Amino acid sequence: MMNLLEIKNLHASVDGKPVLKGLNLSVAPGTVHAIMGPNGAGKSTLSKVIAGHPAYEVTEGSMEFEVNFKMKDLLSLEPDERARDGVFMAFQYPVEVPGVSNETFLRTAFNSISKAQGAEEMNEEQFRKFLQKKMDLVSMDSRFLDRAVNTGFSGGEKKRNEILQMAVLSPRLAILDETDSGLDIDALRIVADGVNKLKSPENAVVLITHYQRLLDYIVPDYVHVLANGRIIETGDKSLALKLEEKGYDWLLQ
Amino acid sequence: MSDKGQTQGLTTEGLTTKIDQGYKYGFVTEIETEQAPRGLNEDIIRLISSKKNEPEWMLEYRLKAYRHWLTMEEPTWANVSYPKIDFNDIVYYSAPKKKAEKQSLDEIDPELLKTFERLGIPLGEQKRISGVAMDVVFDSVSIGTTHQKDLEKVGVIFCSISEAVHNHPELVKKYLSSVVPISDNYYAALNAAVFTDGSFVYIPKGVRCPIDLSTYFRINASETGQFERTLIVADEGSFVNYLEGCTAPQRDENQLHAAVVELIALDDAEIKYSTVQNWYTGDKEGRGGIYNFVTKRGTCKGARSKISWTQVESGSAITWKYPSCILLGEGSQGAFYSVALTHDKMQADTGTKMIHIGKNTRSTIISKGISTGQSRNTYRGQVKIMPSASGARNYSQCDSMLVGDKSNATTVPYIEVKNETAVLEHEATTSRISEDQLFYLKSRGLDTESSISMLVNGFCKDVFKQLPLEFSVEAVKLIEMKLENSVG
Repeated sequence: MMNLLEIKNLHASVDGKPVLKGLNLSVAPGTVHAIMGPNGAGKSTLSKVIAGHPAYEVTEGSMEFEVNFKMKDLLSLEPDERARDGVFMAFQYPVEVPGVSNETFLRTAFNSISKAQGAEEMNEEQFRKFLQKKMDLVSMDSRFLDRAVNTGFSGGEKKRNEILQMAVLSPRLAILDETDSGLDIDALRIVADGVNKLKSPENAVVLITHYQRLLDYIVPDYVHVLANGRIIETGDKSLALKLEEKGYDWLLQ
Repeated sequence: MSDKGQTQGLTTEGLTTKIDQGYKYGFVTEIETEQAPRGLNEDIIRLISSKKNEPEWMLEYRLKAYRHWLTMEEPTWANVSYPKIDFNDIVYYSAPKKKAEKQSLDEIDPELLKTFERLGIPLGEQKRISGVAMDVVFDSVSIGTTHQKDLEKVGVIFCSISEAVHNHPELVKKYLSSVVPISDNYYAALNAAVFTDGSFVYIPKGVRCPIDLSTYFRINASETGQFERTLIVADEGSFVNYLEGCTAPQRDENQLHAAVVELIALDDAEIKYSTVQNWYTGDKEGRGGIYNFVTKRGTCKGARSKISWTQVESGSAITWKYPSCILLGEGSQGAFYSVALTHDKMQADTGTKMIHIGKNTRSTIISKGISTGQSRNTYRGQVKIMPSASGARNYSQCDSMLVGDKSNATTVPYIEVKNETAVLEHEATTSRISEDQLFYLKSRGLDTESSISMLVNGFCKDVFKQLPLEFSVEAVKLIEMKLENSVG
């Protein structure tokens, strides 16, 4: 079967400083990958490079994404084009957008992606109904809709809002960049439930996390260790437990 | 994240390929006009006054203002720069030729009707915009006012100031220059000497004006200055919503627009004054465009009266204006809501003055400045609490947004408090459309252009929501169009 995401020998720098140094990663549809690793290993850089953040420069290697059964070069696409092809990143630090209501933002995003994919756009009323179902998934109440995007949201609310966006946009590849950090146990469960309900044989999830705790709720098919800008070890869920117990040092020797 | 990356993000993507819609109001109407000779002296003033068939007291008022103006110095304190204006090289009166008798709206020169239709303002009986009464001013004269009969039924007077001088001299005498004295400032004195037309509004006691009132100003003739004068009086317990719009043809030379607007609100009266200013800005190199040097001031004369100024300033080569409120009546309230967008080489120095004199007076200032290109955008605002103003409160919020790395934003607040019981809050921010905000929206599938317009609309929301609905839709479109043309 064709992979959804294929990254080969990826090198990337930020402000001229190399962070990723020859990273390889293949993600098949229907799979869940966890990427763990010490601080500064390049985990967040990887997620930003996949989503196309302009401050990160790819200096070598390739990154391809399956669109209509063909592998497409992601690196030549703008972040909005990647999103319209089905790539989504849940931000570690979701950005505040003052004055723009969450609902308007979600509807605009949804319609721009639907339009690009040749699907029906929704009017306000249709979208409100559709949105209600998605909000139930992440236990958000409708007061969220009138508030400005992430503005004045608590840390947990921001993270849940990211999962709500993911539920609304139904991406084929979702990268969750430390979505679990700063969440209490109840919020973590809500977020994990939301992600689990969105899993399907067609889409894939990449979880970037520091803690094995999240993996109790979202069970990964693969666990990768990212260190010094490369994936140095891949295993199944038991690898995460081993890391929890022994740390990373034994792998870095 | 570096600003450099952000600038690249904004300049290299999508927007440059957008169709340059330019300034769609830039056309010239070919029409026979009657003009005064260039220059300014007492004879010109006598000529203007006689063209308008004015009573002697009006001529005296003008001459007094002119003589005072001669003793004044042109002010230079604003954060704007431009070549010295030669006041003797301006035409002070230009009017479409017309029959001697005052015409009904349906007899207006078809060229003029066509002009206003192109500007989106149908004047013909059939096509008139319902719900808004319009006074349209073309160069130096008002060419007509719609819905006058409907307004007369409830006692509302809405006409050109020239008509008011003839038909309601007692009101004009009582209130003209009662808020902005002829000696107030250089441009106000000049305006008093040479003003040619503008609107007059009187809302009688207890009347809620049933429709919005609007004046549309159009400068057409070249080398002509427009000096309009607007006077709005809201008697006790009355209410009026007033809208002002303006455009001018695209010309290479600069043109002067020096208006004076005076508002008077008596006990429990409320005036809401909204402006969408879209004078020609000059071209990308800064050639041409309107110098918009305007004095706007309202007096909340009565107890519990309210005046609000809402402005969307998106035009003119140079904007220099501070719509202000004198809060005289006990418990009166003043508000200023402003969006000022500058692009290319535009310069804007705008803000407000809130002068608290009465007890328990309140004022609110919300100013949003957006600078793109190489433009200069200054907020200048004064809040003054006089010793008599016990319990006065002010809230000010002045936010600036920079797009690109060559634009400039300055905030200059002046605060003077002479009563200890006053409570003032002031917030100010300057932000760039950040790379992270833009990336966030783009990563959700919005292209650069929609992302920027979403960010800017969000930034201006507190002001846009103060505008009447149709005006707010127009303002949003105007800002989006200007951004498309300038962010690139």
